[in-house]
Amino acid sequence: MARSKEALVLLLDVGPSMHGVLQEVKNICSTLVHKKLVYNRSDEIGIVLFGTKETCNELAKELGGYKHVTVAHDIKVVDEGTSQALQNLPAGSVPGDFLDAIVVGLDMVIRKFGNTKGKRRLCLITSTQYPLRDPPEGTKEDQVDTIADQMKRHDIKMECIVFTEPGVHHNSVMEENDRLLYQFRNRSVAKVVQVDSPTSLLGALKTRNVLPVTIFRGDLEVSPNFKIKVWVYKKTAEEKFPTLKKYSDKAPPSDKFASHEVKVDYEYKSVIEPDKVVPPDQRIKGYLYGPQVVPISSAEWEAVKFKPEKGVKLLGFTDRSSISRHHFMKDVCLFMPEPGNTKATLAVSSIARAMHQMNKVAIVRCVWRQGQGNVALGVLTPNISSVNNVQDSFYFNVLPFAEDIREFQFRSFSSLPSSSQPTEEQQEAADNFVKMLDLAPPGREVLKPEFTPNPMLERFYSYLDLKAKQPDANVPPLERCLRRITEPDPDVIDQQTPLIQNLGKAFELKENPKKKKARTQDRLAYIDAGDQAKSAAETSAEKDGVLGALYPPSENIGQIRDLNPVQDFEAMLAKRSSSTWVQKAIEEMQKYTAALLENSREGDNYQKALECFAALRKACIIEQEPEEFNQFLTKTYERLKDNAANFFQLLSSRNISLISKEEAPDSDVTEEMARSFYLKQEAASQ
Amino acid sequence: MAHGPMKLVCRCLSHTVGPSRFAFAFLPSPSPRSRTALAVSPPPSLPRSPSPKPHRVSRIFQNPLPAPQGPIPRSESGAMDLDPEGIFRDDSDEDDDNVQEREATKEMVVYLVDASPKMFTPATNQADEKGETHFHTIVNCITQSLKTQIIGRSYDEVAICFFNTKEKKNLQDLAGVYVYNVGDRDPLDRPTAKLIKDFSCIEDSFMSNIGSRYGITAGSRENTLYNALWVAQALLRKGSVKTVSKRILIFTNEDDPFGAITGAVKTDMIRTTIQRAKDAQDLGLSIELLPLSRPDEEFNMSHFYADLISLDGDEITEYLPSAGEKLEDMTDQLRKRMMKKRRVKTLSFAITNDVCIEVNTYALTRPTTPGTITWLDSLSNIPLKTERSFICNDTGALLQDPQMRFQMYNDMVVKFSVRELSEVKRVSSHHLRLLGFKPLDCLKDYHNLRPSTFIYPSDEHIFGSTRVFVALHSSMLRLGRFALAFYGNSTRPQLVALVAQEEVTSSAGQVEPPGMHMIYLPYSDDIRYPEEVHVTSDDAPRATDEQIKKASNLLKRIDLKNFSVCQFANPALQRHYGILEALALGEDEMPDIKDETLPDEEGLARPGVVKAIDEFKSSVYGENYDQEEAEAAAAKASRGDASKKRKAITDAASLKSAAYDWAELADNGKLKDMTVMELKSYLTAHGLPLSGKKEALISRILTHLGK
Repeated sequence: MARSKEALVLLLDVGPSMHGVLQEVKNICSTLVHKKLVYNRSDEIGIVLFGTKETCNELAKELGGYKHVTVAHDIKVVDEGTSQALQNLPAGSVPGDFLDAIVVGLDMVIRKFGNTKGKRRLCLITSTQYPLRDPPEGTKEDQVDTIADQMKRHDIKMECIVFTEPGVHHNSVMEENDRLLYQFRNRSVAKVVQVDSPTSLLGALKTRNVLPVTIFRGDLEVSPNFKIKVWVYKKTAEEKFPTLKKYSDKAPPSDKFASHEVKVDYEYKSVIEPDKVVPPDQRIKGYLYGPQVVPISSAEWEAVKFKPEKGVKLLGFTDRSSISRHHFMKDVCLFMPEPGNTKATLAVSSIARAMHQMNKVAIVRCVWRQGQGNVALGVLTPNISSVNNVQDSFYFNVLPFAEDIREFQFRSFSSLPSSSQPTEEQQEAADNFVKMLDLAPPGREVLKPEFTPNPMLERFYSYLDLKAKQPDANVPPLERCLRRITEPDPDVIDQQTPLIQNLGKAFELKENPKKKKARTQDRLAYIDAGDQAKSAAETSAEKDGVLGALYPPSENIGQIRDLNPVQDFEAMLAKRSSSTWVQKAIEEMQKYTAALLENSREGDNYQKALECFAALRKACIIEQEPEEFNQFLTKTYERLKDNAANFFQLLSSRNISLISKEEAPDSDVTEEMARSFYLKQEAASQ
Repeated sequence: MAHGPMKLVCRCLSHTVGPSRFAFAFLPSPSPRSRTALAVSPPPSLPRSPSPKPHRVSRIFQNPLPAPQGPIPRSESGAMDLDPEGIFRDDSDEDDDNVQEREATKEMVVYLVDASPKMFTPATNQADEKGETHFHTIVNCITQSLKTQIIGRSYDEVAICFFNTKEKKNLQDLAGVYVYNVGDRDPLDRPTAKLIKDFSCIEDSFMSNIGSRYGITAGSRENTLYNALWVAQALLRKGSVKTVSKRILIFTNEDDPFGAITGAVKTDMIRTTIQRAKDAQDLGLSIELLPLSRPDEEFNMSHFYADLISLDGDEITEYLPSAGEKLEDMTDQLRKRMMKKRRVKTLSFAITNDVCIEVNTYALTRPTTPGTITWLDSLSNIPLKTERSFICNDTGALLQDPQMRFQMYNDMVVKFSVRELSEVKRVSSHHLRLLGFKPLDCLKDYHNLRPSTFIYPSDEHIFGSTRVFVALHSSMLRLGRFALAFYGNSTRPQLVALVAQEEVTSSAGQVEPPGMHMIYLPYSDDIRYPEEVHVTSDDAPRATDEQIKKASNLLKRIDLKNFSVCQFANPALQRHYGILEALALGEDEMPDIKDETLPDEEGLARPGVVKAIDEFKSSVYGENYDQEEAEAAAAKASRGDASKKRKAITDAASLKSAAYDWAELADNGKLKDMTVMELKSYLTAHGLPLSGKKEALISRILTHLGK
């Protein structure tokens, strides 16, 4: 819909402090592009990089300054070019200035759209570690104010994602930068989020823009003569896996405009005369009541059914403790005071704060729409705003009715036989385990739902993109950052090894010999037939029984296969549990790439090899192994420069050269050497 | 604050359609022919339910579908999708746990109710209980349970059987055993509306029709308990134990049924009875006891019943109801005990790489929906079969169920196989994998998407699971942590919070079972920030301390004492089933269902409450709020913003429209050369609809011009 068409400029910091997470920045932005290619085909995206060695932007050309800001992609309707531009994110070598980038981005938007209306957004991803250059006149604060005014005037919003590597200490520079960003927020033009792990970086950017829609606007009736005007929005709503259409291959291949869609047709036939189709107007609904079927037409049903009046009514307040958390039934709503209504804002604010102080909640009965066939009973809990310009509000959760609760009885733990009760020693092991495997040390909670991406959807959209290019591609393995969501962090596991072993030692688990083994395995773990055979062979040597079989290696890690070499390589790197994997991955990748080039016929493998080189280079920068790459590149070049000269031209054109000191301190190659690598070699050979 | 009856929802019927005779209340059926069809008797192949009113018979009938196993609407072939358009699906789509559970094994139960005179003596000594008997309690429980069953699990089958009766009625013709039944229902069959209705008032006629007596007495060689078990076992002969769970529930307040006799006869009787029970258990029937204690005399399991249902020492205590002080509590306990726990799934729960335990999941709270519907032919009321066919949109060819799916991406068709899609969704190799622990306050109120699932450990496949679970459970409770885990569900793999639940009991038995609640957490893309949509540059108004104090006073005044989540029945559902029950029984009166969810108007009208509300209102809204509102509303009505705007638009449009000579344009056929905006100016100026394509606009103008 044109109404929600959006123009977005990504302002990406590629300076040295971001090198470790460039892959994630690339991934998250790619997912955003992929989703737009599915859902918002007409949205426009521009990409600005800062912290680059080069400078390339209109402002620099016209006014000078604005150095190290590169417009990598002009604001254009999303297409393959957009995702291509993201694929080749260069690692920049210069500390970037995010204010410059914001101004460049803003300038792009204003140049392109002028005063026309529409949704415009800037999205800044930066580490805020480097000082900003001082403005020629006034203070940085003044500058921010000027920019914020401009943004307001053109109705441009900004999202700032600040990435701080764990372990980096906050210094005065970062504090100043953060303060400046929060100044944008206080001017209500920006939203700032802080993340500290690659995984949460993936979750920090909203990759799909949903226009918030109210589900109710009206009165919250405290009593017949006291009402508060509220708007109700969804606070959480599940983003679904896209519903794929059924594919029909019947259309001739020559038909370019074939829809390939499948229509599903339903016919209703009498059980007595299976050949006779009953027309829709001759159908009547039968409601089951025990073995009986009670036919009632919809008109009859309409006359007798439950028809509550629209409205939200307060039943009363109760102690928070009388509502169990596990009784929340659905996704959550937010009750906001009517925007611009000060009295409603005050009423909501005072009740919310009183509820908060007294530890109370409100029980309400809601009928959102006239004609709704049922009522929702729910609980309002206070949401006290911590930000000055955001109003206080209530969260609303649906509670179950009496019919929805099943009162199953379970044996109380205290009456269990002593064989099922933990001993003191075991209890202590469990206590220590719970204490140490802490995901939320003060101020550093990991895997917050707010910043945790959906691994299934991330994987689907990247697979979708892959499949669009290679229709026979296999499902890629889960990326390293996403695996932090589905599996415990190996670093933490390594740290806590003794503790974890202790827990394992304290408790003895045995498979029930009476139950069939194969069945247990089937039931207790998702294992492919292939995996199963493999894991059985692997584990029988070291572990016995079902426990070993429960842990099959999830992928065939350790091999670089033809189908998806780069992904296999990344999967190997991701398996960081031991440092030997990195070495092994690099070796395997070098072997594979070399073989690829040697077996190339007329350059047919060049594209793939190029990707491999790029991946290898990037990995060697991240893993601080520049020598590995530089030697490999030099050797390969020496060996094949005559047979595969075109290939090296290709590499050269993509800036895939030696890794320089600037990119990885361990390297002894200067930037100059890297740039002239191909030239010099050519010259030398001539 | 009590939630008394507020108003009768049914009044809409009696008020709007005159007499509340249901037959008249109905609007005419959509197809007038169906009326004539009512007079015709149904086709011979339809089994008819005997009803005193023949004209109802064709409207209500026994389900003739030959599908005794499992619910009809979800036949395995999938050919009968009864709700293809999804109209009857809940807003939130069906969650898989729910479906799985519904398809789980069917249940057959025989209620064996002791009807000896001891059951008919007043159960308590307290005067205020009106001398209610244990028999009464049991009839109540069974009725309630049948009502729940007919709504939620109507495919389960049930038989009711009394023992120690004067009359006998059973296939084996054994003395002292009476199998209760109504109509042409099989003795063990799905419950019907009539069964529930008749059974609920069985006490009125029990003594005259069935009669009560002590069955096992000195001198007679009769063993009514033995007979009862035999009859129950015979009733449960149908269906395979593999697909059906079969239970015998014994209700009695006699802990020593053979107390009246002595000597060799007694030992012999005990031996044969226990043998009978063992035989039944060997056949896969489970025998459960629901003992009723009297306040003065606790039910003693060890006299006899512990042996009958083969309990170990540990388990006996589990079985005993807490003292039967209040009959109401006892009813609650019995009701809970009668319900069979149905597990949804068995999961492996990987705590570390070496420690992996087994847990069962249960759905303790799930929205109850108004059940399934089936389509009928309105002429004959015969069920319809749904046939689905796939048609290629491009060629019109008929397809087999296509196995490929596609997604439009960058204007290209991207194909996926079903297998590839399921592989994409498989992001974890485990069912449930522990990631770590967090303090409970990290779990926010908005971290919720779906009803929670309960987990309880099991040692069925992996011994020692319970011990690990209990240890973690108690550590988590003590340290105030919840566990964060990844649930590798195949349709929606999700992060979950596992919150340890401490056991809570009351005089009515277990209120909250011990275990963990699995709460499904949202991902970042599932969380929205509507509160940030309307931010202004200015600080948002905040309540003053005075206002908060007034609000606190209000909170204290409107306090729901003893609020409990399950105290409200769903009014929509109650009404739905009330209507169905009335129709199924052929009653003309529509039931009165009270809506318990309405606020207590009486309570809110109490002076103290009114005062607190008024004080708060004037503190946040100002003294003259109502008056101001009324004035504002009046002002709005006279010259509302919207109407003002509308007027401005019309004015502008007429101005613009007046610039053209429309009649001439129309005559010369120039209208099609004008822009849509220009055409619309004419339509707006003349108050005509603006919808449709350009051609529609032109023809509308021509019509208006009279050309």
